[in-house]
Amino acid sequence: MESADGAARTLPSIRRLSRGPPFGRAQGWLGLSHGGQLLSPPTPHSQENADPQRTAFLLRKQWALYSVTPLYKFCNAHLRDYARLLSAFIAAEKQKGLAVEVGVELDIKVAVTSIPDLKGSDRDQAAILVQLSLRSPASPKNSEEKLVWSGCFCCVFGDHLSENVPEDFTCLPLFLVNGAESYTSLVGSWFQKTFDCCFRRLAISPLNLSWMAAMWTGCKVDKTTSAVELVFSVPCLPYPLDISYAIHPEDAKALWDTVQKTPGEITQEEVDVFMDCLYSHFHRHFKIHLSATKLVKVSTAVASAHCDGMIKFLQSKYLTGLLMLLTELAISQIQ
Amino acid sequence: MQRRQRSETPKQQIHHKNQTDLSAWRKGKKSDPETSVQSHESPNDQKNDSKQDSLEEALSYFEKVQDRVSLKKNNALQKHLTTVESIALQKGLPPEGFDVLLKVALSGKLADTVNTRLLKSLVPASVIPETSVVSSVSLLCVSKCSGSTQLLFLRWLITMFDFIDHKEQLHALYGFFFSFLQDEKMCPYVCHLLYLLTRKESVKPFRIRKLLDLQAKMGMQSHLQALLSLYKLFCPELVTIALPGKMKTYFKNSEGPWKAAINAVRRRNQENSPVLKPLVLGTAQPQSRKRKWNTQVIIPASSANRNNLEEDREKKLVNLYSMDESFPVEQLQTFSQLLQNIHRLEFPSQMGSVLTNPLLLHYMNCIKDESIYLRLYYWMGQTLQEECTWCVADNSQYEEEFKDFLETVYKTECFLQEGFSSCEEFLYKSLPLWDGFCCRPQVLRLVSWIPLSTFSEVKSHLYDPLVQLFFTSSLYFKCSVLESLKELLQNWLNWHVIHSDSEADSQAHSLNTTLSGLVNTVAELIHFVGWISTVALHLENNHTFLLYFILDFYETVCDMYLRYNLPLLIMPPAGVFYPALLSMDSVSLNQLCYIMYRYRTNLVAAKENELSKKKILQFKFSSQTYQEYNQYIVAMVGCLWTSSAFQKDTHPQGLRMDDELLQKTAVQEFKSSFNIVYHPAMMGYALLFLQQAWPEDTTFNFSLIKGKRWNWYLEYLYAQGLKGLKVFIESSINRVSQASHSKAENVQV
Repeated sequence: MESADGAARTLPSIRRLSRGPPFGRAQGWLGLSHGGQLLSPPTPHSQENADPQRTAFLLRKQWALYSVTPLYKFCNAHLRDYARLLSAFIAAEKQKGLAVEVGVELDIKVAVTSIPDLKGSDRDQAAILVQLSLRSPASPKNSEEKLVWSGCFCCVFGDHLSENVPEDFTCLPLFLVNGAESYTSLVGSWFQKTFDCCFRRLAISPLNLSWMAAMWTGCKVDKTTSAVELVFSVPCLPYPLDISYAIHPEDAKALWDTVQKTPGEITQEEVDVFMDCLYSHFHRHFKIHLSATKLVKVSTAVASAHCDGMIKFLQSKYLTGLLMLLTELAISQIQ
Repeated sequence: MQRRQRSETPKQQIHHKNQTDLSAWRKGKKSDPETSVQSHESPNDQKNDSKQDSLEEALSYFEKVQDRVSLKKNNALQKHLTTVESIALQKGLPPEGFDVLLKVALSGKLADTVNTRLLKSLVPASVIPETSVVSSVSLLCVSKCSGSTQLLFLRWLITMFDFIDHKEQLHALYGFFFSFLQDEKMCPYVCHLLYLLTRKESVKPFRIRKLLDLQAKMGMQSHLQALLSLYKLFCPELVTIALPGKMKTYFKNSEGPWKAAINAVRRRNQENSPVLKPLVLGTAQPQSRKRKWNTQVIIPASSANRNNLEEDREKKLVNLYSMDESFPVEQLQTFSQLLQNIHRLEFPSQMGSVLTNPLLLHYMNCIKDESIYLRLYYWMGQTLQEECTWCVADNSQYEEEFKDFLETVYKTECFLQEGFSSCEEFLYKSLPLWDGFCCRPQVLRLVSWIPLSTFSEVKSHLYDPLVQLFFTSSLYFKCSVLESLKELLQNWLNWHVIHSDSEADSQAHSLNTTLSGLVNTVAELIHFVGWISTVALHLENNHTFLLYFILDFYETVCDMYLRYNLPLLIMPPAGVFYPALLSMDSVSLNQLCYIMYRYRTNLVAAKENELSKKKILQFKFSSQTYQEYNQYIVAMVGCLWTSSAFQKDTHPQGLRMDDELLQKTAVQEFKSSFNIVYHPAMMGYALLFLQQAWPEDTTFNFSLIKGKRWNWYLEYLYAQGLKGLKVFIESSINRVSQASHSKAENVQV
């Protein structure tokens, strides 16, 4: 157990859960459909055709999640113009009151690019990557640019949103951000003004976090070194207290395999059973009912997610599935 | 962005076109009494004539004046200058005067003091001819006059801009004015002038670069900011600027020396003179407080949507209705502008801004474009969810802002006369979490605009959460809920009336809004209100205030067939009818009488339609409705008129009681205890009636009211404002003979 401010008492985290025999390890796809079933992506587009290098930038970084309503009159053919306008906008906002010519070299370079590999089906829009880099003022010719901020608009199997929307709109409901909040606010306001869209932080509910815990536990990962860690926050205390519950990945997987009935499919009931087993084990040792606390963070070898809407992808193999799940969450927030 | 209005009334143009010389102008004055400059009082006419003569003389003097005349030594100059000044400041100068006076003032022939006095007196009576301005600009370019005169001329030009009759040639001089920016002293005034002159085609990359150079040289200057932000408005693809939020005015007040004179002339000349508006840039929106960047409770400022990009330009050559034609929303200020530009208007880049712009709401009403509603739907839906003070933690400090926002949304719905689906979804999502207190008036008002189309959801999403709050909250909450449900019903019924009229273009009729669907939904709402009203009357002890709101609801219900053409009538439940009938308050009883009268009128009309079979009726009122009405009418007439309620009432929840039981109450004359004399709600009237009729009698013998006096008493009641009772008695009670009230029978339908 650890507290956020380090003032509270700590307990050794539990490393070992009851070891069961290794069951057959069926691999499950990640993703939640409306019905609450885990489905494999209909056509694993990016798994086969995509170049993993093109999406590797997403791995091993913390991304803040936002939902974005459909962009009005966004056009893929104008990405270079958008970059010019955006960089002038950022410069003008930074030196409020001074006008800035569009298209001149500025301290901040903006690149807006399309990533066709990052999508689910062919009906999805290609993802849009926005990158801000600082030119070193000392030697502008030096071409030494430091990437300071990236944001990625994407849509992975978001058909049920895009098919209901007229042509003028571009559906890229999931927005991932890595970098300073000040840049996020500038880029976000520009997109809001230009394409009449709305951004909202995408929080992940404890229910969805427990889904992620179950799903990721069942995933086959080459190196199974990192533990499955669940962090719980104890509500209604005068000081923040977090309980960290770490489980050996093989133990967790073994437990999950006994719970899951049909490989490739997860039901809410199975997730509940899985979590209940973990809770009762914990209660047996520490006499603490975790069900009375709030699940705030899940980290596994596949990915880690925080309820505030932060995510870190660790395995390129499961990237599409994860983005599909997050797209789903983003769509449910904007509809 | 608000720019100074450039108005040229055609009347003025026509009026002055044929006035080529001064004498013609004078003639025109005399022959045309409407001419604004002319003083209408006849005693002054002669005086005026002499004034005109001296002005004519003065002008011809200035036309011929030679170089370097000293003011002090020259009496003629002194005299003519004073003439010009006094006439100008009193009534303004005629259009013909400007050419002469501007030429002499800018030619440098006279001393600076004279030039200044001349320029200061250049107040137009009506308009200023463009030609005189153009020729004075050419004099300015050869810079014969001093710097201070130049500055004064520019200030004069800015102030008088709206009085110039045409501006085409002036626009052609844009480049000349632009070159004056070099001069540091003139720069602020030139910026202002350019701001007034700039059109989209004036914005050129080389000009932007020049302005940016100036900005680099002089730093942040408000006049440069204003001009640059106007350039940005026209060509956002070339330049951008973020204006600091605090600034309000961007140009110094330049109308100084002429202001009083212009006002004086305008007062005489009110219809025709253009209005000088203060110059305010609207692009910088005030940030209310420090908030998250994606917070959107602040309604975005209107700003034209111009994704005007290089790739598009090729297409534009082909496209007749290109972006150049469009009218920026920032300049949309008046309804007539809207009418003139409706074909080339664009919606703002953020649809949310239409909420505070009635002109754009008008426009929205005309345009049937799905994307407009979708943009608004997403923006509003997200904003409502994100800002909801009871759904999102930490939002409670912004309750006032959220209230304002809900208020704005409600006003917009009233304006458009339709509910937003995003609002409906928001209510469905947030009502289960609502405490019934936070933003109560606003939330309940929004409830009244829930669209009709989705009736299947109303029960579980609206009625269920609402009923929990209803039963557990105060009397006033109950009344406000009833009020908003009444408005909801009225909005649905209005919607039905409008859409059944335009049935021909039946696109509005989606699957959910067939007549039977509508009837079911409305019936569901009325039954719901009937149910909660019954319970609420129990809970609140038949409170009069509550009863008033309930009966108010039924005033709409009882008239649905005739007023809203809806084939549906539902009687109030016994739990509402009897408390109203036996109410202690004459207001409620009177209201009930009126309602029963309207029910009768509607039912009779329905029956007539049914019998005559003019139309093949899709819906018939069930016999149960008639039966219920008849039961109520028997009870009512029995109570109020025939004193037989305890015997004749056939309603299962009615007043029927055995005589034996009634005798046990030991009430004497129990039969008549609810007629219009003894009814607790009426007894006060009976008492006053007796006092007036027999002032000497102090025994209060109510039994005196009968026969003729019964009729007098009725007249007395009607005179007291009990109109509902009057129409009820006149329609529902068949009085065989005026003399014998006892034979009156109730009329059933």
